[in-house]
Amino acid sequence: MTVAVFADPLGPRGKIKVAVATLFGGVAVAGVLYVAFRRFQSNGQLEGKLWSDLFTGESLRFFWGGLKNTLKLAGVSLVLALVLGMVLALARLSRRTPVRWLATLWLQFFRGVPLVVLMLFFYFGLDIPNYTAIIMGLTLYNSAVLAEIIRAGILSLDRGQREAAFAIGMTDGQAMRAVVLPQAIRRMVPALVSQLVVLLKDTSLGVAVLYEELLRRGELAGEFLKNKLQAFLFVAAIFLIVNLLLSSAARWLEGRQGKAKKVAPGGPVRVSGVEDLTVA
Amino acid sequence: MGVLLDNLPAFGEGLRTTAALTLASYLVALVLGTFVAAMRVSPIPPLRWLGTVWTETLRNVPLTVLFFVFFFGFTKIGVSYVPFVSAVIVLGCYTSAFVAEAIRSGINSVAPGQAEAARALGLTFAQVLGTIVLPQALRTVVAPLGSLFVALIKNTSIAFTIAVVELTRVVKELASVTGEAIPLYLGAAVAYLLLALPSSAVIGAIERKVAIRR
Repeated sequence: MTVAVFADPLGPRGKIKVAVATLFGGVAVAGVLYVAFRRFQSNGQLEGKLWSDLFTGESLRFFWGGLKNTLKLAGVSLVLALVLGMVLALARLSRRTPVRWLATLWLQFFRGVPLVVLMLFFYFGLDIPNYTAIIMGLTLYNSAVLAEIIRAGILSLDRGQREAAFAIGMTDGQAMRAVVLPQAIRRMVPALVSQLVVLLKDTSLGVAVLYEELLRRGELAGEFLKNKLQAFLFVAAIFLIVNLLLSSAARWLEGRQGKAKKVAPGGPVRVSGVEDLTVA
Repeated sequence: MGVLLDNLPAFGEGLRTTAALTLASYLVALVLGTFVAAMRVSPIPPLRWLGTVWTETLRNVPLTVLFFVFFFGFTKIGVSYVPFVSAVIVLGCYTSAFVAEAIRSGINSVAPGQAEAARALGLTFAQVLGTIVLPQALRTVVAPLGSLFVALIKNTSIAFTIAVVELTRVVKELASVTGEAIPLYLGAAVAYLLLALPSSAVIGAIERKVAIRR
C-alpha cells in the first residue's frame, strides 16, 4: 500500500499544508542534527586527530583484520549451520516420531537460549578456546533457525512434486534428493541471505569472550587511540555498509525469483530475520 | 546443583531484572515502532526519510555495537545514563525498528479499499491511519510482534556487556566466584526457556483471540 492510498491527491490547500509540514519536518530534522553536532563540538569530539587516527594505514589494517575475522566467523558457522540445519529439517519431517521429537526439542532449546549465554558457557564453563566457542554457539543457534527455514522451503513445495517422484518409482530418499530439495533450496536462497545478515551481526557477540572480531578490535583501537566514540561509530558504519549490501542482495534475489515462473506458486520463502522469525 | 540453590536469591534478582528490562524495552519499542511505521507511510517526505534511516540503521547494526556506541561512546558527548536505563533505551530503539517493519507490513496487508472507503467518508490521514487501518493492521501482526518479544527476552542478555546486573551477568559473576560454571549456565538456560516458552504460549492465545474470522 503506498502513500497515495491514505490521502486524496492533494488540492492547492493540501499541497500548501504538506509543503509547510515538509518545511517544519525538515527544520526539525536539521535541528536534531545541529544539536548532535553541537554536542560533539562542545565536547571536543570533532577534533580532527580523533577521527584521522582511525584512517592511518596501521589502524585500517587493524580494522581490516577484525573484519576478516568477523567474516570468517560468519562464513564458517554458516556452512556448519547449513549442514546441521539440513539434518535437523529432515529429522523434523521424519516419519519416526522419536526422531521428530528429538529434533523439535533441539530446536526449541537452541532457539530459546540466548546466544551469548551459549558462548559464555562454552568458553568459561567448558574451557573451549574463544574462537571455537563462538563458532559452536553460532552454529548451534543458527542450525535451529536454518532448519525452520529449510523446512518451510520443503513444505512450500507443491505436494504433487513428491507424489510424482513416487509415481515413477523413486524411494523416499531419492525423491527428497533429486526432486524436492533442489527446488526447495532455490526458494530458500533469499531467506538464507537475510539470515546471513543476522549471523554477521551476531558475530559481534564474540566481544564477550574477547575474540578479536571487528567490535573487539574497535574497542582495542579506541582504548589505544583514546577515541572510543569514533572507533565504535566506525565499527557501526562498517557493519551497516556490509549488511546493507547483503540485504539488497537478498532483495534482488527475491525480486528475481518473484519474476521467474519456475518457483511459482508460493514464490520464495519469506523470513524476516530471526528478530521476528515468522516463516510465512 | 547445590550452587544454584545456594545462590537462589541472587539468581532470582537477576531474573527479575531480566524480566523488567524486557517489559520496559518492549513498551518503548511498541510506542516508538508504531510512530516510526506511521512516519514511513506519511505524506511528508522528511518524516518518511527519517523513518527509513531509523529502521535501516538500527536493523543493520549489531545490537552489541549499539550498546557499545551508546554506553561507552556517547558518554564522551555527555549522554550517559545508569546501565539499566541505557539498556532500556538501546533495546527499545533497536526493537522499535523491527516493530516498525512488522507494523508496516501489517499496514500493507490491509486491503486498500479500507483506506479508500475511509477517505471517501472524508477522514484525514491521521484518522484513516489511526481509526481504520492500524486497528486492522495490528491484529495481523500479533505473531511477529510476539516473536519480537521472545527475541527481546534473549537480547536482554547482551546488556550484561554494559554491566546491567541481569540474569547473564549474575550467572557469569557467580561462575567466576564459585568455579561451578556448568550448573549455573544450565540453570540460566532453563530460566530463559521458562521465560520464553510461556510467553510464546500467551502470544499464541492472544493471536487466536484477535484473529479476524472470515
